[in-house]
Amino acid sequence: MKIRLAQLSLLLACLVLWGVLTSPQVPAFYFDNPDKAAFFFGEPLKVLDRLIAWFVSGEIYSHLWVTLVETLLAFAIGTGAGIGIGLWLGLAPTAAAILDPYVKGLNAMPRVILAPIFMVWFGLGMASKVALGVTLVFFIVFFNVYQGVREVSPAILANARMLGASQRQLLRAVYLPSALSWVFASLHNSVGLAFVGAVVGEYLGSAEGVGYLIHQAEGVFDINTVIAGIALLTAFALVLDALVGWIERRLMVWQPSANTSGQL
Amino acid sequence: MPAAVDLSLELDQISCRFASRDDPGKPYLAVSQASLAVREGEFVSIVGPTGCGKSTLLNVAAGLLAPSEGSVRVHGKPLAGINRDAGYMFQADALMPWRSAIDNVTAGLEFRGVPASQALAQGHQWLQRVGLGGFAQRYPHQLSGGMRKRVALAQMLVLNPEILLMDEPFSALDIQTRLLMENELLAIWSSSAAALGGPGKGAQRKSVIFITHDLEEAISLSDRVVVLSAGPATRPIGEFAIDLPRPRDVAEVRLTPRFVELHQLIWHAMKDEVMKAYSKQFKPIELGA
Repeated sequence: MKIRLAQLSLLLACLVLWGVLTSPQVPAFYFDNPDKAAFFFGEPLKVLDRLIAWFVSGEIYSHLWVTLVETLLAFAIGTGAGIGIGLWLGLAPTAAAILDPYVKGLNAMPRVILAPIFMVWFGLGMASKVALGVTLVFFIVFFNVYQGVREVSPAILANARMLGASQRQLLRAVYLPSALSWVFASLHNSVGLAFVGAVVGEYLGSAEGVGYLIHQAEGVFDINTVIAGIALLTAFALVLDALVGWIERRLMVWQPSANTSGQL
Repeated sequence: MPAAVDLSLELDQISCRFASRDDPGKPYLAVSQASLAVREGEFVSIVGPTGCGKSTLLNVAAGLLAPSEGSVRVHGKPLAGINRDAGYMFQADALMPWRSAIDNVTAGLEFRGVPASQALAQGHQWLQRVGLGGFAQRYPHQLSGGMRKRVALAQMLVLNPEILLMDEPFSALDIQTRLLMENELLAIWSSSAAALGGPGKGAQRKSVIFITHDLEEAISLSDRVVVLSAGPATRPIGEFAIDLPRPRDVAEVRLTPRFVELHQLIWHAMKDEVMKAYSKQFKPIELGA
């Protein structure tokens, strides 16, 4: 409780400091003109006004919705492809050995730079943003699944075989759950990257989405709207992260964690 | 051994070679010309120094590992692939951590296509039997080491295998838990005819191959103790019938004079091999003299 209070006061203190330093009423001490601080750093009250205006007019919902859909699609497609290809390469050592340098190369490539190419391929709509998010999510999930498959305990595998599991049953009952535990470990990361893909894609060229709003505002030097957009994205990311945490807790009950002291 | 007695498992002149880590050109001979026959309903322990290839031999019997030479016969029939008549209890934790105790126990039934409701009923019955009736929904990490071993035991026994292969199953447990588990294993083994004897072949006691490095454990449990030589090229070098009366209490039987006699006899046969294995791993301690 005390911690919460301290956290809240810290936030308030920062906001107040920001408000005071950028207020046109306060004489300039660094810039030659009291309006310049507000121009460069925005004003918290105007940012708040902007946020309220967005929600009151309802203008923001369609943009948020677009960003959310892009994020979820990128996450779902990237995760699906990562699990499928991760399982395949994890179980096929020869194919994995052949593809190894290509996988490493693709992963090393700064993939954000693919955004313009995706725009040419998929247009300015949602598809190009989803594609960008997929390239970011895929490798995280892929490497985790690959690792998960290769690090299945030999004793668990041998035990399942002795219990009569066929190859298919091994895949379903041992490899997949083991790989999924690694996927869940990276869930926070991959949802975050899907979000980054969506916003960066919107920022680079689109007609809707929160990233688009920020880009528009930047074009007219409306720093208050830019900061309002960033604040909104931050809150949105925190909500997504909390949601992931909740899902994780429900699905990973079998994993020992710090807060469930395993033993009786 | 009279010819009329049925053999449940025969290992015939088994040799196992592995690619050597230090020198890939020269294979490492882990097991050499090892033969072992287990009668139906017999409890056989295999003892030997650490690293002598005991587990290798058991994996061959289980069909998890194909021998480089030699053959395995199960009830007289040559073994190909996994040994379907055998249950295996591993030294390491082999429960699936993402399944609760009951789901682990019913895994084998599920793999064999037994209807879920029937599997669940049998699984609960076996969890009761190993004293974990109230822990069905717990995940392995929520159970103690001894409880996990009980789940593993139930997981193996629910399939009613005729041959039990056990690879130092209790070696990770503390000594009290270990004695309890050994007694329970004996109780389950000796009642396997009475309680679970379905029609026909199940009516007999199960055959057990129990691997351990603990000679006392081997003697107190078994009908017969087989001593293996130190690796490489492990093979059986001695066999001892254990004529202690049953039913036994594994803790109390250790105090009887006959047990001490047998222990001395077998230890004498083992000692040289243990020293051999030991000297391969460590240089002798220099005593200032």
